[in-house]
Amino acid sequence: MTREELPNLAESKLTALVVDDNFVNQSIHQKLLARLGITNEVVCNGKEAVDAHCSGRNYDLILMDMDMPIMNGIQATKRLREMGIESKIAGVTTRANEGEKKEFMEAGLNDFQEKPLTISKLLSILHKFDFYVQT
Amino acid sequence: MQRQVALIKQSLFDQGYLDEQFMELEELQDDANPNFVEEVSALYFKDSARLINNIDQALERGSFDFNRLDSYMHQFKGSSTSIGASKVKAECTKFREYCRAGNAEGCLRTFQQLKKEHSTLRKKLEHYFQLARQAGPKETARRPK
Repeated sequence: MTREELPNLAESKLTALVVDDNFVNQSIHQKLLARLGITNEVVCNGKEAVDAHCSGRNYDLILMDMDMPIMNGIQATKRLREMGIESKIAGVTTRANEGEKKEFMEAGLNDFQEKPLTISKLLSILHKFDFYVQT
Repeated sequence: MQRQVALIKQSLFDQGYLDEQFMELEELQDDANPNFVEEVSALYFKDSARLINNIDQALERGSFDFNRLDSYMHQFKGSSTSIGASKVKAECTKFREYCRAGNAEGCLRTFQQLKKEHSTLRKKLEHYFQLARQAGPKETARRPK
């Protein structure tokens, strides 16, 4: 997909939370979201993601890394679901063996993508969640 | 000059230093962020220098905590994958295999090679970005043949 063909979802007013302890990935994921017109914030681990929700913030989409210090993605996803958070959560991780993927999905994910995240993968996530309809 | 920039970029792909992911990052550059790839690369080299230092210190202590080393390398591999640093990523993978095998000598040997690849990539990218800045914003997001 060329730059000119990228959808602009700014009118949808979607919000997203990037949960990743790696600064390079944070930067890339935020840029991917911004290119599609999705307002976003970033936190560095699962505990910060939980705290953000405890403080009343809410997001349409959460991009959740798996391996993070303090609270990892599996723990954070479980906790958010226990809190009643119904946001769409997509696990984004380099760990892709079936066992790890299953454990992450069972924590409460709506989707799973292997890193590195790309525009195509992000659009696939958005399409799956009905945030983006391909024309 | 733009042709020179294109040739340098092509060589980085041909010689296996970079892979498709680097092109994905260049596609994200826009008027609001014309130097996005250079900024992410700078972030990568800053972060990876920290990881190299951590691993160096862990190896110098002589006690091979393979779990800790593997954890550092997992982070390193993740960042390298995200910017398309293909050769560095390959050395990260080898290192992790040696960790899982409990092979200290293999880890040490691979780590030396990893540092070489990392240093080479940094110099080549610094040169590329310097020329790209001089050439102007035109030469981006064109997939190498």
